[in-house]
Amino acid sequence: MTTVSTDSTPAVRIAPVESRRWRLSETVQTLLLLSPSIVALAIFVYVFISFTFWISLSNWRTLKVDLSLREPLFATYGELFAMARWQADLRNTLVFTLLFIAFAVTLGLTLAVMLDRHLAGHHIFRNIFLFPYALSFVVTGVVWRWIFNPETGLNLLLDLLGVNYLLTQMGMGPLKPGWITDPTVVAQVNGILAAVLPGAENWQVRWGVPLALIPVAIAATWQLSGFVMALYLGGMATISEEVREAARIDGASEFQIYHRVIIPMLRPVTISVVVILLHVSLKIFDLVYTMAGVGPGFATDVPAIFVFEQMFKATRYNLGSAAAIIMLVLVALVIVPYLASTLKEES
Amino acid sequence: MFGKRILSALTLILLLAMVVSACAMPQPAPAGEQAAPAGEQAQTGGGRLEVFSWWTSGGEAAALQALFDVYSAKYPDVEIINATVAGGGGSAARPVLQTRLAGGNPPDTWQVHPGYELLGQYVEPGYVEAVTSLYQEEGWEAVVPEALRAMMTKDGELYQVTVGVHRGNGFWYNKKLLAENGIEIGETLSIDEFFTIAEQLKAAGVTPLCVGDSGIWASAQLFENTLLGVIGPERYNGLWDGSVRFDEPDVKQAMETYGRMLDYQNDDHAALSWDQAVKKLMEGGCAFNSMGDWAYGEFVNAGKIDNEDFGWVSHPGTDGSFMIVADGFVLANGAPNRENTINWLRVLGSKEAQEAFNPLKGSICARTDCDRAKFGPYHNWSMDSFAKDALVPTVVHGSAAPADFQQALNDAVTVFVVDKNVDAFANALVAAAQSSGFGQ
Repeated sequence: MTTVSTDSTPAVRIAPVESRRWRLSETVQTLLLLSPSIVALAIFVYVFISFTFWISLSNWRTLKVDLSLREPLFATYGELFAMARWQADLRNTLVFTLLFIAFAVTLGLTLAVMLDRHLAGHHIFRNIFLFPYALSFVVTGVVWRWIFNPETGLNLLLDLLGVNYLLTQMGMGPLKPGWITDPTVVAQVNGILAAVLPGAENWQVRWGVPLALIPVAIAATWQLSGFVMALYLGGMATISEEVREAARIDGASEFQIYHRVIIPMLRPVTISVVVILLHVSLKIFDLVYTMAGVGPGFATDVPAIFVFEQMFKATRYNLGSAAAIIMLVLVALVIVPYLASTLKEES
Repeated sequence: MFGKRILSALTLILLLAMVVSACAMPQPAPAGEQAAPAGEQAQTGGGRLEVFSWWTSGGEAAALQALFDVYSAKYPDVEIINATVAGGGGSAARPVLQTRLAGGNPPDTWQVHPGYELLGQYVEPGYVEAVTSLYQEEGWEAVVPEALRAMMTKDGELYQVTVGVHRGNGFWYNKKLLAENGIEIGETLSIDEFFTIAEQLKAAGVTPLCVGDSGIWASAQLFENTLLGVIGPERYNGLWDGSVRFDEPDVKQAMETYGRMLDYQNDDHAALSWDQAVKKLMEGGCAFNSMGDWAYGEFVNAGKIDNEDFGWVSHPGTDGSFMIVADGFVLANGAPNRENTINWLRVLGSKEAQEAFNPLKGSICARTDCDRAKFGPYHNWSMDSFAKDALVPTVVHGSAAPADFQQALNDAVTVFVVDKNVDAFANALVAAAQSSGFGQ
C-alpha cells in the first residue's frame, strides 16, 4: 500500500517554485497522478475489507447471496470462538509463530555471522542459503511432506544410519516418530490457564505444543532463514570496520564483539525481520496446506485454511469472513505499531 | 525540466490507462480453456456448448471425452468447450463455479451430485432450470430408479440428468493376504465377523484395515458406511430429514463401532491419500479398505485380477443397501446456449452415452437397462445391488446434507479419530444438524 503512494510522490518534489500559477497546477497534477492509486486502493482494499466485515455480520451461509444482518449482531463471531477447530487454529498460530520466529532468527543470524567472517567460499554459500527463498511455498510443502512422512524420508534415514539397530541392540524400541501425523500435544497448560483465566476451563482445545507443528516450523525456517540472513548481512555491511577495531582495542573477544556490539547495533534490522516473519506466519496457508493439511486432530490447522474451507467447501461465507476479519485484526496488531513508529522516525 | 514533464505526463497516461483497462476488463475467464467467451453470441443451431466439470485425471477425462464423442456424432456443428478445472473432488473447481454463478456468468451445464448438492445449492437459489419434460419425452422415468429420481426432484420437477452411479459402501480385501492367514470371505461380511477376523489378523502381525485419510474424507466415509451398517437404511435416511437425532443410542453405537474399527487401522493413515491406502492394500500392507468403487479402477490399473488378487463385499453390515455417489449434469438457468445444452442432457440420458461413459469411469449406468456384457464381474454385481437394494444418499459426497454439515462432519471426524470421544462426536453432529437447518 505505502509503496504505491511513495512511487507517485516525486511529482511533488520536481516542482521548481517559480510562479504561483505553476505551483497550483502542480498540486492539481499531483492529485491527478495520485488519484488512480487512491481510487484503486479505496475500492480494492478498503471497500472490500468493509464488505468482508459486512458479510461476517450477515446471514450468508449458502450459495445464495444473503446480506441481511444476522441477529444478534455479532452472533457469527460468538459461534466462531466457540468452535474447537478455531480455538485449535489460534493455538497453532501462536505456537507456530513462536517456533518459526525463534528458529528463523537464530539460524539466519548464525548464518549471517558465519558469512560475515569472510570464510572461504562465502559468496557461494550466501547464494546457497538464499536460494530456498526463491522457491514457492507449495514446492517446499510437497518436498518436506515426503521428508516428514513416517514411512518415507527421515525415518528411512534413521534405519539406514543404524540408529534403530543400535537402539534395538540396547534393548530399546526403534525410533519411529510420526512427525506430521502425530496428534500429541505436549506441554499442556490448560490447568494453569483455567486457574488464571475465568472461563478457560470451558475451552475444548488442549493448549500446548502440537508435535506435528514442529516439522512445519522447520520447513518454514528452511525457506525463510536465508532471507533473514540476507537482511542481517545487509545490516552488518553498514557497521564500519572502525567500530570493530575499537572494540578489539578495548580487549573484546570476537564473540563479545558480536554479542555486545554488532548484534545490539542491528536492533532495527531485528525489528524489521520479526515484523516481516510475523505477518508471514499469521497469514501462512500454502506451505501448511500442501505439507500437512489440517493435521490429525487439527494439530497443524491454521486460520487461513479455516477461512478457505468455510468459504468454499462449507459455503459458510459469514463464518469464513468473520475468521478473515480476525486474521486482519491480528496482522494489524503487528503491522500498525510498526508503521506508526517508522512514520514517526521519518518525520 | 522538459523531460521530467513528459515523464510525469506519460506516467499519468499510463496509470489512467491501467485503471480504464481494469474497469473495462471482461469477466475473468476462470477456466483455462474457455478463454473464448462462451456467452457472447446468442445461439441458433451450431454454436457452442460449455461443459464445466472437474474430471481431469486419466479415466475420468477419457470417460468425459466418450460423452463428447457421442454428442459430436449427433450434433457435429456444435463446438464443445471443455471447461474442466483440475483438483481432487472438485476442491478447486467449486470455488470457480460458485464465483461464476454468483456473478451471473454460468457455464451451460456443470457436474453435480444429486440430493442436497443439487436441490439445496443450485435449485433453491434458482441457478438451474427443470428438465422434467426431457424425462417424459425420452421415457426415462421407466428406466431410472425411483429413489434416484427422488434425489433429483423438488416440487414435482426433475432438475438433473444422471450419467453414472458409483457404489460408496464397498469393502475391498487382499484375497491372497487373507488366504495366507487362512481366512476366506463369503458373499457378505457382518460387523462381528469383521472384528473376529481383524483380531485374528492383528495377532498374526497383519494390519487389518487401511485408511488413507489425509484430507479426512476417507475416514468420514468409513464412518458413514459404518453408520449405515449399524442403524440400517431406514434410520440412516431419517437422519437427513430430522426424524432421527445424532445422539440416539443406535447412532452412538455406530460411533463406537467406528471407533473400534479405527483401532485396527494403519499407523500412517494421516499421511496417505485414499488411493495410496488402496495401493498399500494391493502390496499386502493391510487386508481391508472401505471405499467407494472408484477404488476398483485402481486395482484394474495396477493389473490386479478380480476374485484372485482382490475381492469385495459390502461394507460390514450394509448388505442390502447401495450408497449412491452419482454424477450428473444440469441445465443452467440462463444458459447461453440453451438448445445445445438440452441436447447435451438428452445425449447423457441415452443408453448409448451411458454405455460408452461408465466402463471408462468405473461406474454403472443410472438407467437399469444397460447392456451387462459391456461390464465386468464387479459392475454386474453392483448393477444387481442397484436394481434391488435400498438406495441411500452419501453425506461425504454432498448428497445427504448441506455443505456446511458436510464440513462439520469432516471436522468432527478429525477430532474423533484422535480422541475417540463418542459423546463429543454425537453432540457436535447434533449441533451441526441444527445449525444446518435439518436437525431437531
